[in-house]
Amino acid sequence: MEPITLLTGKAAVLDRANVDTDQIIPKQFLKRIERSGFGQFLFYNWRFDETGREREDFELNRPEYEGASILIAGENFGCGSSREHAPWSLLDYGFKVVIAPSFADIFHQNCLKNGILPITLSHSDIQSLVRQTEIQNQVTVNLPEQTVIGESGRPAAFDIHPYWKEMLINGWDEISITLRYDSEIQAFEEASAI
Amino acid sequence: MGRSIIEKIWEAHQVVQEENKPDLLYIDLHYIHEVTSPQAFEGLRHNGRKVRRPDRTFATMDHNVPTYNRYFIQDEIARNQLDALAANCREFGIQLADLNSQDQGIVHVIGPELGLTKPGMTIVCGDSHTSTHGAFGALAFGIGTSEVEHVLATQTLWQTKPKTLKLEVRGSLGEGVTAKDVILYIISKYGVTFGTGHVIEYCGEVISAMSMEERMTVCNMSIEGGARAGLVSPDETTFSYLRGRKCVPAGSEFEAEVRRWQSFASDPDAEYDKKLVIDGSEIPPMVSWGTNPGMSSGVDAKIPVYEETASPEEEKALRGALEYMGLNEGLEIQSIPVQHVFIGSCTNSRLEDLRAAAGWVKGRKVKDGVRALVVPGSQNVKRLAEEEQLHEIFLEAGFEWRDSGCSMCLSMNPDVVPAGEHCASTSNRNFEGRQGTGARTHLVSPVMAAAAAVYGRFVDIRKEEYSRNAEKVSS
Ligand code: SF4
Repeated sequence: MEPITLLTGKAAVLDRANVDTDQIIPKQFLKRIERSGFGQFLFYNWRFDETGREREDFELNRPEYEGASILIAGENFGCGSSREHAPWSLLDYGFKVVIAPSFADIFHQNCLKNGILPITLSHSDIQSLVRQTEIQNQVTVNLPEQTVIGESGRPAAFDIHPYWKEMLINGWDEISITLRYDSEIQAFEEASAI
Repeated sequence: MGRSIIEKIWEAHQVVQEENKPDLLYIDLHYIHEVTSPQAFEGLRHNGRKVRRPDRTFATMDHNVPTYNRYFIQDEIARNQLDALAANCREFGIQLADLNSQDQGIVHVIGPELGLTKPGMTIVCGDSHTSTHGAFGALAFGIGTSEVEHVLATQTLWQTKPKTLKLEVRGSLGEGVTAKDVILYIISKYGVTFGTGHVIEYCGEVISAMSMEERMTVCNMSIEGGARAGLVSPDETTFSYLRGRKCVPAGSEFEAEVRRWQSFASDPDAEYDKKLVIDGSEIPPMVSWGTNPGMSSGVDAKIPVYEETASPEEEKALRGALEYMGLNEGLEIQSIPVQHVFIGSCTNSRLEDLRAAAGWVKGRKVKDGVRALVVPGSQNVKRLAEEEQLHEIFLEAGFEWRDSGCSMCLSMNPDVVPAGEHCASTSNRNFEGRQGTGARTHLVSPVMAAAAAVYGRFVDIRKEEYSRNAEKVSS
């Protein structure tokens, strides 16, 4: 996984609540057996019309959002299924950070495991960030400092579990860490006669 | 102070507990299926890792299997996924219920049916409706593919301890009101995020009186209320369901297991982070009219009007949902036309569900122009239903009778609802496009779905004329 420390990039705003995983990546694209190449299907039914042409009225299709690496989303983002194709498609499309007032649990977890930083900010912090992006669309996310800041304005602080912070900053693979606890796992299995 | 079942299971599975870290939790049982596992196996191979406990891993094919002519899979990519699962299970020594197996079916139907799911266990699966297994007093939750790979390699997961929510359903349910209505009512009342960060323990007279199949329906949809897991403390109903099942020990070993299982039940003085109480008598038969399960109302109600929404955000959500659904504000739910009916999915495809629907359908006909499908949750359910001749009732009435699988719950196989058409569905999600691009899903109970097939619209099954007939045919 690629480490995340300091990231400055364009932010795209998707102001919709309860965006579910069926919207993030519709099920017809879940049949691949690879991890890569899902970005082209991100928000497919919103991004493209029946003929496969880009829909002008969909937020992410705005020219000024091209190349965005930070997604500012609405309440309960990522609700629905456990499909990891959702973070895969976001990542493959280019998003490394998702900022929202709240996330669905499994999706939140899946982001962390794939090197996407999910940031929970209050409604007012998000609003002020969105206002700033309208003037100049540059947002800086500082993971070591745990702050988000636009071109102007005050930095907004966010919380992250120290465990995940360390993992993301180092780009560590969780399995190799867990395998260091092999003797503990074995002892547990023996003690509980599993 | 007493402990809840959630804390008891958690504490019994902690392998590592260190400051500033989630706990490393041991996983007793890992279910896998074809859609969320291929990339996990790919990861194992890539790093030269093995499956730590193939004996604690069980696989099935369900999400994209055809339910008609099942060995003829036209979709090449779907076939690749099924082939990949079979090859991975062979390579890593994992037991698989494939299309030839009489045990094949939806993962959340066959696990309980075979007696693999047991009280006190930690259970995971790369599928959000893993919460279903909570009905047995297991801590069961959905995970993503990275976690699938992690469990395959280590049989553990790093997890932060969830908060606990006690949800008590008091009293009793009215005539014609089912477990599905209970959970839809709960989500419509408290919203699609009330359970976020929590594990829900369902209790109270209504839950105690429920069969295991009904409890599974309730726990199944915990995730639609935002909770990763929902469970019910094990009791006599749980134990008698498990007795004699294929993967459950018999004789004195069974009695010893029951005593161990009992010890997981919540203590009467257990404390919870949050408590909610509802009265069973306030619950009507429910119908969803919007694009998330919280957008549901009693069948005798009307779709909300914009003017009465609580906030501009809510109004925006309501407008968006009604536009997608092609419905008007204030419309009577009973006047929504239905062109498709789907009885199936891990929420409502078990024998009792099929009995309830068949009991109502017997002697009636599916309305002209309505396409109605019954998809049993497993091949075992299918066989048992056929032994009771339920399939004949359905076929006679004009339903299609299929092989088991997820089918129209997410329409990854050929069972799809065309754009713009309405489907009364016993599944669990009415998200945009879930049953097909532009498809309009209405979540209901099996008997409500059966009635919708006959009338081509939603009807209040509590109304005397309907329920009296229903009694007549089932007696
Ligand atoms: S029936 Fe539907 S909800 Fe259940 S496992 Fe299959 S796709 Fe998921």
